[in-house]
Amino acid sequence: MSAISRDDVAHLAMLARIDLSDAELDKMSGELAVILESVARVNEVATDDVPPTSHPLPMTNVTRPDVVRPSLSAESALAAAPVTDQQRFSVPRMLDED
Amino acid sequence: VTSDITRASAAELADRLSRKEISAVEATQAHLDRIDAVDGSVKAFLHLDAEGALATARSIDKRRMAGEELHILAGVPIAVKDIAVTKGLPTTAGSRILEGWIPPYDATIVTKIKAAGMPILGKTNLDEFAMGSSTEHSAYGPTHNPWDLERIPGGSGGGSSAAVASYMAPLAIGTDTGGSIRQPAAVTGTVGCKPTYGGVSRYGLIALASSLDQAGPVSRTVLDAALLHSVIGGYDPMDSTSINAPVPPVLEAARRADVKGMRIGVVKQLGGEGYQPGVRARFEESVQLLVDAGAEVVEVSCPSFDYALAAYYLILPSEASSNLAKFDAMRYGLRVLPEGVDDPSAEQVMAASRDAGFGDEVKRRIILGTYALSSGYYDAYYGSAQKVRTLIQRDFAAAFEKADVLVSPTTPTTAFKIGEKIDDPLAMYLNDIATIPANLSGIPGISLPSGLADEDGLPTGIQILAPAKMDERLYGVGAALEAALVERWGGPLLGKAPELLTRLELSTATGREVRA
Repeated sequence: MSAISRDDVAHLAMLARIDLSDAELDKMSGELAVILESVARVNEVATDDVPPTSHPLPMTNVTRPDVVRPSLSAESALAAAPVTDQQRFSVPRMLDED
Repeated sequence: VTSDITRASAAELADRLSRKEISAVEATQAHLDRIDAVDGSVKAFLHLDAEGALATARSIDKRRMAGEELHILAGVPIAVKDIAVTKGLPTTAGSRILEGWIPPYDATIVTKIKAAGMPILGKTNLDEFAMGSSTEHSAYGPTHNPWDLERIPGGSGGGSSAAVASYMAPLAIGTDTGGSIRQPAAVTGTVGCKPTYGGVSRYGLIALASSLDQAGPVSRTVLDAALLHSVIGGYDPMDSTSINAPVPPVLEAARRADVKGMRIGVVKQLGGEGYQPGVRARFEESVQLLVDAGAEVVEVSCPSFDYALAAYYLILPSEASSNLAKFDAMRYGLRVLPEGVDDPSAEQVMAASRDAGFGDEVKRRIILGTYALSSGYYDAYYGSAQKVRTLIQRDFAAAFEKADVLVSPTTPTTAFKIGEKIDDPLAMYLNDIATIPANLSGIPGISLPSGLADEDGLPTGIQILAPAKMDERLYGVGAALEAALVERWGGPLLGKAPELLTRLELSTATGREVRA
């Protein structure tokens, strides 16, 4: 497992949509390298013959009948929105200008 | 009378309420007064709801006077960890990104608490999004351990453990992803139970790691924990991972408090090197008390537990990075515009908001999870961690062939000083080394006080683990051990905690200093 570089952390922060400052990037790349080195130990025992477990209890395809049931009103769903317009969430522009 | 009320267990309060010796309003007001007196020092609560709690209490008193059949805990006040959403009451998860958010609905456990007629005193502090073992990662400042105000109350549920330990509430809600109910219980001399995964609904709990999170009771006695477990447990169609079965008979088991003939497995890998001498000494005494009470002790080996911490710190950040993606500044929560950008895009607003709204530990784990899930690294990190999870489940299965329950110290150390580990994430993560395997496996666990460490006079905890869906065993063994320990101590362990100075006493003391 290769060490994590400052550029890697900057790229991950972009993917995770967190606008880290330069100081945060410096600090975090050091910390993450230490943590990653420690957690990479899982590879010592994770051999090909061991199946992965994603969930503690054996469950598959829990579904419910497709019927209408009570839910939040538009008014209460919008109540905590930073900005609303015409009974909808108002968001900044989605596309880059070319 | 007021101090009698706040020192009483939930079971005693319930009894006095049902015999009409006290009213629900008196019980609630006594706890609100206690909060007013000591929470300035402890800082367990993020929000109080005195008005709402008293309104519930008044309604319960009225219904009781009318002769209505009420829930056994009707009128017994409770504190709720601020990660369970409460309709009309602020819910922050300890984060700036949710500052001032008023949820439009109740978590299922809150609905159940309300249906039982329990007044909700307020919301308790936690590490941001439950990421931590000390409450130091709360955006609103740390909670202080009532045994020593310079020390941590555990985490993430340190607000709930401290509230219960300092008699501000007889009961509280916790959530446990890697030990956040059990570790705070251990370091504050209280009781905390993580039920079987799926035993308590997760609907309306702000998710940290969905395959690990589980809500449970925080209390001062094993019986009280069982009472609250019975209120919040059970099937919920709103949670697709909820177990469709009745709540295990935890109350009956706590009342029976019997360990005769039970096989108690001591886990070889939990309790050796790295554990404080006083923690180990109190643990060994507790095991001996169980033997004296008629149990049989066997040693079990769970070699994969050595990899549990590593697997946990891959699985948790991976799931958390996905769960926390919903905080995008669009529908609720903080929205911050990037500086010096005209007409910023949605992406730029998201990134600026998440940088401003999340604390260091949350950012660290989101980045770590994003890395572990990214293509090229997925197999080596997240995939391998999932395999370790299988190995840990196999270890538990083998151990439960030999033993009915497993035991270990809950934490390697007693409460550490605030600030001591804040700059060393790996040292902080080690606090949960004994509690994490249960979450990875979905099995239930309880922590109860085992005594005070000789070297520092601080509380130590013992953890009991049982097979999935056999939560009642925790309560049977826990109650039996608790009875033996309390007899030995000549009273509850919390009776040995130093008395907290009240706000009035503190201001009088300050006044004297000023005059002198």
